[in-house]
Amino acid sequence: MIETVSAMELPVEEHLRIRKHRVLPLHPTGKEKRICVVTGTHGDELEGQFVCYELLRRLKAQPEYVKGIVDVYPALNPLGIDSISRGVPMFDLDMNRIFPGTEEGPMMETLAKHIVDDMAGADMCVDIHASNIFLMEMPQVRINEETAEKLVPYGKMINVDFVWVHSNATVLESTLAYSLNKIGVPTLVVEMGVGMRITKAYGYQLVAGLLNLMKELGIWEGEVEQVKEPIVSSDRAVGYLNAEKAGIFLPMVEIGDMVETGDELGQILNPLTGDVEEVIEAPIAGMVFTRREYPVVYSGSLLGRILGGKEDREEEMA
Amino acid sequence: MRKEVIYSLSSPYREEMKVTAYRFGHGKKAACIVGSIRGNEVQQLYVCSQLIKKLTELEASGAIVSGNEITVIPSVSHHSMNIGKRFWAVDNTDVNRMFPGYDLGETTQRIAAGVFEEVKNYDYGIQFASFYMPGDFIPHVRMMDTGKQSASLASLFGLPYVVIRKPRPIDTTTLNYNWQVWDTNAFSIYTNETDEVDEASARQAVAAVLRFLTRMGILRYHNHSGYIATVIAEEELRQIKTNVGGIYRRLKHPGEEVHMGDVLAEILHPFEGEVLSQIIAPTEGIIFFAHKKPLVTENEVIYKIIRRLHE
Ligand SMILES: [Zn+2]
Repeated sequence: MIETVSAMELPVEEHLRIRKHRVLPLHPTGKEKRICVVTGTHGDELEGQFVCYELLRRLKAQPEYVKGIVDVYPALNPLGIDSISRGVPMFDLDMNRIFPGTEEGPMMETLAKHIVDDMAGADMCVDIHASNIFLMEMPQVRINEETAEKLVPYGKMINVDFVWVHSNATVLESTLAYSLNKIGVPTLVVEMGVGMRITKAYGYQLVAGLLNLMKELGIWEGEVEQVKEPIVSSDRAVGYLNAEKAGIFLPMVEIGDMVETGDELGQILNPLTGDVEEVIEAPIAGMVFTRREYPVVYSGSLLGRILGGKEDREEEMA
Repeated sequence: MRKEVIYSLSSPYREEMKVTAYRFGHGKKAACIVGSIRGNEVQQLYVCSQLIKKLTELEASGAIVSGNEITVIPSVSHHSMNIGKRFWAVDNTDVNRMFPGYDLGETTQRIAAGVFEEVKNYDYGIQFASFYMPGDFIPHVRMMDTGKQSASLASLFGLPYVVIRKPRPIDTTTLNYNWQVWDTNAFSIYTNETDEVDEASARQAVAAVLRFLTRMGILRYHNHSGYIATVIAEEELRQIKTNVGGIYRRLKHPGEEVHMGDVLAEILHPFEGEVLSQIIAPTEGIIFFAHKKPLVTENEVIYKIIRRLHE
């Protein structure tokens, strides 16, 4: 059944309405576990839209295997998705910087509070992001080191290529995931694909992972595929590729490629002079898991990330 | 006056973006003033331009106390301002959420790092800032409660109010917060406007900075004494929210006194024109903030009132 989580009246004959689809078992006992699958916080990230559709399609096809409550929230920022805007239109606001929200605050903070209240008490939440329009990401789970012990085991169930445990930054304490973890709802952040596009293969991969996670939680009893054993990044180095020169970036590697230190990964070109402004080389050996898709770059623009081996991290620590 | 490019960034198709500092006097790093960091902060740019004009005259007449250097950076955001964008022209990130910055990081982290390297280590840091909610304020000085702030120093600007705000996670990456962390006394000054030039409040802001610099012994200048500031904590402000969406008719403006039961605003049906809701003052006090745009949604904070305290 489709429910409204929160609705706010807009100035002229419309409501900003956050909706979810709740799937219940055929014969509820009242003791079911609950999982929230949520996406669309950033209006330019669309990979999660296909995941929501495909997950619901599978659950509806075999309702007899649903043994728990599945809440699917395809669009936390419906105005943004509808108008190709990453933030919340009118406010120039990153919606993932206002959680947990407050009833006393401005409209969007009130809305954030309603969303958190609705998810409170769930046994699991998966928040699906799709990078941004600039970068393509290999399917990965990102976990704050504060919650790594609890969340890494779940991260291994969800069929991603790797699990990135990163250090805490105060500014990230305003995210939905941080706020939910804080109130005891284990929340995994998935990053995959690229903004404004849907990568179907990644969608199928994550749906398989969600079903596997739901099976582990006792929410799904249907068949599941064998999931990937992800690389966990906590003991590995991550190499960043940032542009030094402005221009047009053309990559020479694909996501998932293994590279050696010093390999040429791309070039920054100058279309006015016909010169190569900069040759981008791999700072470490490893696997390319982030790659820039949007060609126009400034100094500082992120061009890619490489997941190094265990030895690199040991060297880094020494 | 010495003019110096403190940071530059080349662009793929546009001219190089240069951040310029104007320096007055010689000696210890006494005060640094930063104007527009977001592309819509036109009033902040204007205030800085007027301040630079005034400081140039004052320096020529020997009014800067020797041993002090004052730096003014009028704009960090003109690359966005010139094309009508509020945030960074390429990826829409906010430079004022990137401090202290990182010189090997992403573009806006690099800009923030380049600017912060130049503005840190001053005794006093003053930023002309803007707020994310659309509306206007009584001119005031705002400080972050980091445990290092000094409200008594803030009152020396002679603006009517000093507001102390408890930092939230998103505030920890602002210039004001990081100035304080690096032991600069940091103040943010809010005038009435952001996107438009308001002459009266711009004059007030320039006068407030000159008054502060004089009182700190950095300038020799004859000032009017200004207001005796009232210090308030942000959470003491009484917030008033809408209960419907529609066309907003503002009846009370920042600085006005109101009594309990006064009608502050009306919200009209957008098609039929009748009043859907009257927004009533729940307390006696002074309007600190009022929503300005002609439309409102439900549940929006449209007024903040400084409650009058009866002793
Ligand atoms: Zn996102």
